[in-house]
Amino acid sequence: MERLREIHSPRAWMLLGGAALLIAVVIPLVAPEYMVPLLGKFLCFGIAALAMDLVWGYAGILSLGHGLFFALGGYGMGMYLMRVIAGEGVYRSNLPDFMVFLDWKQLPWYWHGFQSFPFAMVMSLVAPGLLALVFGWFMFRSRIRGVYLSIVTQALTYAATLFFFQNAAGFGGNNGLTDFKRILGASLHDPATRKILYLASAIALFGTYLLCRFVVTSRLGRVVTAVRDAELKSRFCGYESTNFKLFIWTLSAILCALAGALYVPQVGIINPSEMQPSNSIEMAIWVAVGGRGTLGGAVLGAWLVNGGKSWLTAALPSAWLYALGALFVAVTLFLPNGLVGLGSKLFRSKLVRSVGRLRQPSRPPT
Amino acid sequence: MSTMPVTPPEEDDRPTPISHLPIPEGARPNLALWVENLSVSFDGFKALTDVTLTLEKGELRCLIGPNGAGKTTLMDCITGKTRPSSGAVYLESRLYDLTKLSEVRIAQLGIGRKFQRPTVFQGHTVYENCELALAGKKGVFRTLFARLSAAERTRIDEILELIGLQDHAKRQAGLLAHGQKQWLEIGMLLAQAPSVLLVDEPIAGMTHAETERTAELLLSLAGSHTVVVVEHDMEFVRSIARRVTVLHQGKVLAEGPMAQIQKDPRVVEVYLGA
Repeated sequence: MERLREIHSPRAWMLLGGAALLIAVVIPLVAPEYMVPLLGKFLCFGIAALAMDLVWGYAGILSLGHGLFFALGGYGMGMYLMRVIAGEGVYRSNLPDFMVFLDWKQLPWYWHGFQSFPFAMVMSLVAPGLLALVFGWFMFRSRIRGVYLSIVTQALTYAATLFFFQNAAGFGGNNGLTDFKRILGASLHDPATRKILYLASAIALFGTYLLCRFVVTSRLGRVVTAVRDAELKSRFCGYESTNFKLFIWTLSAILCALAGALYVPQVGIINPSEMQPSNSIEMAIWVAVGGRGTLGGAVLGAWLVNGGKSWLTAALPSAWLYALGALFVAVTLFLPNGLVGLGSKLFRSKLVRSVGRLRQPSRPPT
Repeated sequence: MSTMPVTPPEEDDRPTPISHLPIPEGARPNLALWVENLSVSFDGFKALTDVTLTLEKGELRCLIGPNGAGKTTLMDCITGKTRPSSGAVYLESRLYDLTKLSEVRIAQLGIGRKFQRPTVFQGHTVYENCELALAGKKGVFRTLFARLSAAERTRIDEILELIGLQDHAKRQAGLLAHGQKQWLEIGMLLAQAPSVLLVDEPIAGMTHAETERTAELLLSLAGSHTVVVVEHDMEFVRSIARRVTVLHQGKVLAEGPMAQIQKDPRVVEVYLGA
């Protein structure tokens, strides 16, 4: 408990409290109704950005497959939302509509249990976590790192996209899962439900932030960064680097899945396009823009990039991808530490200048 | 110079001994390290051929030899970075065969290594570097909840004072001068509290005064630790060495007290005379 208090200075705790108040209390009161799901979506992206920063910023593992874990979390939630309205679909069948359409007669075995919310939630986190654990174990044990690791993770998410596109996979193929109606008995179209989902996302974001902060300020966090900077040396210091990477990787995947699970009821659909490599790359861009290795920066980057996306795709739809590409190039060239790096640099140079002024004797001795 | 108290690695951190071979007749019971018929070849190139070396507990041994003699390869084999094609490296007589263990296990058994190029964790402060090197439990979940005990803090302070970096504790290690990085790495080695220290070119890039301090430090460590020093600087070797092993083309060319080695015509021919 004491350790938890120490993760921030008193001043930073105040700032965090202020941010929490703003996001969880003020915004839901003043934001127009139609904005709530959009803002809730942003909160989910914030969680995913934290997860991405944990592996990339702190452990130096540039994953280009985190969109997969996000989407798998989303599918878990989507399966619950489909099952809970069994019998109320277009075909009035006990099966989800897309299965009726495919002329399936019974529920595939892996859909069982998803009518229960707790089971679906546990599965949304455990299934991606397990996948990350197994995949990561093979990857880190074979000492795959750097650009090879990025390629392997991208191949993984691409393979998963192709798999989920198939109708026979049993996840609704191309169209994915949609036409959700209720969550825990509350209508998804009711503004109050949307606000509650927004609040749940806000709580999850702060919880994730605190957890990540706890991890990166612990000795484990320092070991992980040491592994990033000098893996061999860390091994000679007695740390089994593979286990540390695996821990951070799996934790990050689970957090990403949490973001996906909260995202789906707010946007109302989950389909394989969420796992496309471009989505994972976008997550890396959020973190690069905000600032790798600073948790607040990652969240900020996610919000700014997505804010820009929402605005630009409405104003000038064809320009978005160009803008995104240009942004990535610009950040890489000019802001290696992202906006947070730029901010602290400006702050420091201002500080240095003012200290310099203080040091100067106000009047030359006569 | 004060000698550092030695805390042996905690008992349950050690892997179970992988061989219980009896100590053979005639073997000295207090060996710290025993390299037996070690050979390494890289794609046909023989980096080491039948190297046999015994180190007694508390000994300070210098390892010299021209470039490519196999000194670093030998260090790599002892620390588990390179797997030999044949032969064995035993720790504490015959309790462990290091060639069968991972780098991590070997480090946990109490073998510490300083690299040729100073290797510190650049992104961390000097203090954090020492913290990470500190002996103790190093599992994932233990480190997640680990906190520095008062004794550990005292120990880090002692080490920082010994290596003369107490005023730089909060500085990022990547920003240190070359010589300071060398010292920090030696400090990290001490924090690890190993029983055997392998020190690869400790004085590269150090000033004369720093070199003297290093010699003093290494001499003070011998006795409580077994120390192996690889060095090119002959004057430095002369100032610390009691026993010297000369490697040449992957083989042990000569071994003995420094005075005797200097007179050995074969050694003079391949190394000292050059």
